[in-house]
Amino acid sequence: MIAVVDYRAGNPTSVKKALDHLCADAIVTRDPDVVVRADKIILPGVGHFSATAVLEQTGLRAAILRRIKHGVPFLGVCVGMQWMFESSAESPETPGLGLFAGACGRFPQSVKSPHVGWNSVTCHHDSRLLREIPSGSFVYFTHSYSAPVVKATVARCEYGGEFSAAVEQDNLFGVQFHPEKSGALGLKLLEKFCRL
Amino acid sequence: MLTKRIIACLDVTAGRVVKGVQFEQLRDAGDPAELATAHSQAGADEVVLLDISATHEKRATLVDTVRRTAQQLFIPFTVGGGIRSLDDAIAVFEAGADKISINSAALADPSLITRIAERYGSQAVIVAIDAKRIDGEARFEAYVSGGRNPTGRDAIAWAREAEERGAGEILLTSMDRDGTGAGFDCDLTRACSEAVRIPVIASGGGGDRQSFIDVFQRGRADAALAASIFHFGLHRLADLKQELQSAGIPVRWPC
Repeated sequence: MIAVVDYRAGNPTSVKKALDHLCADAIVTRDPDVVVRADKIILPGVGHFSATAVLEQTGLRAAILRRIKHGVPFLGVCVGMQWMFESSAESPETPGLGLFAGACGRFPQSVKSPHVGWNSVTCHHDSRLLREIPSGSFVYFTHSYSAPVVKATVARCEYGGEFSAAVEQDNLFGVQFHPEKSGALGLKLLEKFCRL
Repeated sequence: MLTKRIIACLDVTAGRVVKGVQFEQLRDAGDPAELATAHSQAGADEVVLLDISATHEKRATLVDTVRRTAQQLFIPFTVGGGIRSLDDAIAVFEAGADKISINSAALADPSLITRIAERYGSQAVIVAIDAKRIDGEARFEAYVSGGRNPTGRDAIAWAREAEERGAGEILLTSMDRDGTGAGFDCDLTRACSEAVRIPVIASGGGGDRQSFIDVFQRGRADAALAASIFHFGLHRLADLKQELQSAGIPVRWPC
């Protein structure tokens, strides 16, 4: 069972709908007891980084960390991926999970913000999640903050500088773009995650 | 490179897609769920569903229409028309919309922009502005209620305020060009695009390929909205995207 974590911000409906389309066994939940029983966890997210504070208050953060330690595949989407880093300039007082080093920052003044639309990504071949996504593919982004390029970066995107479009390390996966909104290609990525 | 978006717009009333010419003379064009999927497969980058129902009875079907349309759509989906409160917005988001577009209600109570943005994020809030050129001037006035009532507000100043209050995008319609196919109003689009730091979606007047090339190059639009040109098969989306690519405009093609 895939737990799609609902933390009362953004909209888990779209991710659930895509998983339903793929015939995956998924439930949207706010219950840490459900999360600790999940085989896979997806943390969707649109909205403000500070909304992730709810994960701490509700015991979801502890449940997610416990499952990650057990090797359960975890996928963070958009703000969900940013939360896997140490922090974000959007809400400096809200700590991230710190699974990846670095802080998320705002786009420079030279470009419009939010970064909205379909942008191309440069992918690494050795990614388990992006194996069938050709480099140069277009995926849908909508965000005002972005994560730096780090060792775990498996896809980069260019917008006012380079940032991490996808990160991956062992059972940890994160995508800044929205696979549930990136057409056939995005569905293929989600299917890959379901089959890990 | 970030691409310029072509957004398919479905004007719906009582659960059916229609397209007006200068907001009148409606013609029936089909089922919104079917048309949305067809547009997505043809290469549309997003789908916007605008409820143009004048009456409460017809509007009651909106949430159901949104749910049916969202079910099989895996590209960004915006819903607008008749959203007057945070509760209206919540109902549409819960039915599967990724973004909402507000127009008259935002002008009547600009704090609505902020309240929706605080809950769903700025990226989920599009402020739609219907603008009409003031005779003999290079200025534009914002209209409300489906283009029926002038507000006395300068359209560009209102776009700036909407940005400050938390809008994530501006959907800018030229009332003078809407439904005419005579080309987008590039002066209006450019003035707005240069005045705000958020993306501007140009609307009203999309016709031949040159009109799209112009609105991206001269109008500096981030996206362009088009409706009837797709429904009635005047030319296919694929052709349009290839044409834009040949003109050096970055587009998602092939997709």
